[in-house]
Amino acid sequence: MLTLQSYLTLSAIVFSIGITGIVINRKNIIIVMMCTELLLISVNFNFIAFSHFLNDLSGQVFVFFILTVAAAEAAIGLAILVALYRNKKSISVSELNKLRN
Amino acid sequence: MVLEYSLIALLSPLVGGVIAAFFGKSMGKIFVNASTILGVTISFIFSCMLAMDVYQTSAVFNQNLYTWIDIGAFTFHIGLLIDNLTASMMVVVTFVSLMVHIYTIGYMHDDPGYHRFFAYISLFTFSMLSLVMSNNFLQLFFGWEAVGVMSYLLIGFWYTKESAIKANLKAFLVNRVGDLSLILGIGIIFSITGSLDYQTAFSETQSLTQTEFKLFDTWTITALTGACILLFGGAMGKSAQMPLHVWLPDSMEGPTPISALIHAATMVTAGVFLVARMSPLFELSPSALSFVLIIGATTALFTGVLGLIQNDIKRVIAYSTLSQLGYMVAAAGVSAYSASLFHLMTHAFFKALLFLAAGSVIVALHHEQDIRKMGGLKSKLPITYLTSLIGSLALIGFPGFSGFFSKDALIEAIGHANIVGSGFAYASVLMGVFITALYSFRLFFKVFHGRIEEHHSDVKESPLSITLPLILLAIPSVMIAWPTVGPMVFGSYFGNSIDQPDAYQIFGYEFTSAYGFLLHAFSSPVIYIATSGVLTAYVLYIQQPNFLNDRSLKSTFIYRILENKYYFDDLYENVFAKQARNIGQNLWSVGDIKIIDNWFVNGTAYRIGNIANRIKSIQTGYIYHYALMMILGLAIFLGWTLITSGFVS
Repeated sequence: MLTLQSYLTLSAIVFSIGITGIVINRKNIIIVMMCTELLLISVNFNFIAFSHFLNDLSGQVFVFFILTVAAAEAAIGLAILVALYRNKKSISVSELNKLRN
Repeated sequence: MVLEYSLIALLSPLVGGVIAAFFGKSMGKIFVNASTILGVTISFIFSCMLAMDVYQTSAVFNQNLYTWIDIGAFTFHIGLLIDNLTASMMVVVTFVSLMVHIYTIGYMHDDPGYHRFFAYISLFTFSMLSLVMSNNFLQLFFGWEAVGVMSYLLIGFWYTKESAIKANLKAFLVNRVGDLSLILGIGIIFSITGSLDYQTAFSETQSLTQTEFKLFDTWTITALTGACILLFGGAMGKSAQMPLHVWLPDSMEGPTPISALIHAATMVTAGVFLVARMSPLFELSPSALSFVLIIGATTALFTGVLGLIQNDIKRVIAYSTLSQLGYMVAAAGVSAYSASLFHLMTHAFFKALLFLAAGSVIVALHHEQDIRKMGGLKSKLPITYLTSLIGSLALIGFPGFSGFFSKDALIEAIGHANIVGSGFAYASVLMGVFITALYSFRLFFKVFHGRIEEHHSDVKESPLSITLPLILLAIPSVMIAWPTVGPMVFGSYFGNSIDQPDAYQIFGYEFTSAYGFLLHAFSSPVIYIATSGVLTAYVLYIQQPNFLNDRSLKSTFIYRILENKYYFDDLYENVFAKQARNIGQNLWSVGDIKIIDNWFVNGTAYRIGNIANRIKSIQTGYIYHYALMMILGLAIFLGWTLITSGFVS
């Protein structure tokens, strides 16, 4: 029987992978976006696990909202990415320092 | 009716002056003349009507017109006080002002600042009138400062001349010393009586005499004495009494008409007016009166002596003015306010006359002021010669002239007085009589008699606008005293405005008529002293002109002291002004440049920029840095929450 702890552990592992991916990734901005999805997935995982073990459906309702937002965010993120690539001919994270100045 | 008349008299010079100031340049000289002279003429006429009215009814008009400030228990009013003192001052001021206005047409006719000059003297007339007509200290102070400003502007009228600019600054600064004293005196009165009105202050002298100030451990003075001495300090500045006299000779850098109007006839007598106006206070303080007497007598003698060695025609008359102001102040010091004011009035006429005559000589000689280069102008300038003679005779107190009556009454009062310093004062004023006669006729002989200078052969008498005021001023210089000496000095003319002992107590002489007074004067030494002064001048400058050319005279100790004007200027320059400049320099270099500029203003900006520069380096622009920061921040907050609220089990 899988316990709550197993779910939470998995979720924490996935979250950590996501964070690590964002922070140490220098190559590709798509990976950053994928890692963001991983973070969201891990949060969803938590919600579902708690929802199941506490017998409270509202957690699963929340997951739907998060999924919707994640989808919208991915769409916008990819659109920005395309625009960025057209302008800069590069999607390397280490070259994107235009937030400065 | 009194209210309307006095308002018209007060405001018409203001209106004329403002019109001349704003429209004078575009409208031309005739317009300027019309507006200002009309304003002053109206003022003069209404002043005369007021004076007649007040003289007949002898009623004091005292009314507040307007409440300026109303704070808590204190109200500051604008008000008018018309009594015989005010009325006679108004007549004198407006008459001399009118003469000077007319004179200026001729004197300044080719000056580029023509309309400016007229605007200034009209505004000066307004300021002076508001000074004498006020019924409270605040308005007095306004007039006091306003005449100071106009004096400043007029001394520096030729503002491209460096000496004029220095002179007007000097006048202004020296007057500040006096004004500080004046406002402190007003402050004492205000703090104790709680009111700035003359009437209230005069009626609450009880509380003024009962309050005592502790100066040092053992020395206390009453508030009344302190206030009187401080008020007189203001008078010393404005009336150029020693040791604040240094500005008046230098003020001769200004045009001659204003020397006559401001620095001889009206503004400088404001101090005498102030003391007379404050007579209910001064009368209660014998020590303040002694102070006034000693200062006045010292000024009367010592500044007169300086006039003996001056070679600038206007400076001689300026020192004479100082000396005569000393006489007036000294007379006020022995409670003979009426004699003091009477001398003020006669002096206004003959001293304005002398100045305007000097101006006439200066114009005729194309702005030559050195009396060593003049001589024998008697036949060239007959009208100026005659009027100067009248002015000089009036000044030395020749029997029958107006100056004789005023000066003789005044000296008699000082001689009869019996307060601290009266012996010294009497000796000073008697010596002053000799000195006055000597310098007046030295000037007169040097300018009008003696050898004629050949380059003066084309000199012509001045135009009518210059000679007419001379003649009009010569008339009162000769005979204004005959009808007025009785009521003004010995009678009760000033009874409704001045608080002084009765005439017999002051003068020790029973007045019957002006003629009787004239005869009585032959029993006092004054006339003989004056005559000997004239004779000395005659011997020294006409008969034996070479006697004074001796070189050895110029190297004597006394001559050097006189030439340096008792070293007052050097003292002020090297001690007070130098220290003030040092303090200013230090305040500037430490306080201003270092603390304010360097620390506060630039320092703040620099520090902000510096901090921003350091913080800026963490803004790399790389997305992953921001992401890391976000996560670290999140971790810190989460950790913080967990630590503080504990793990919920």
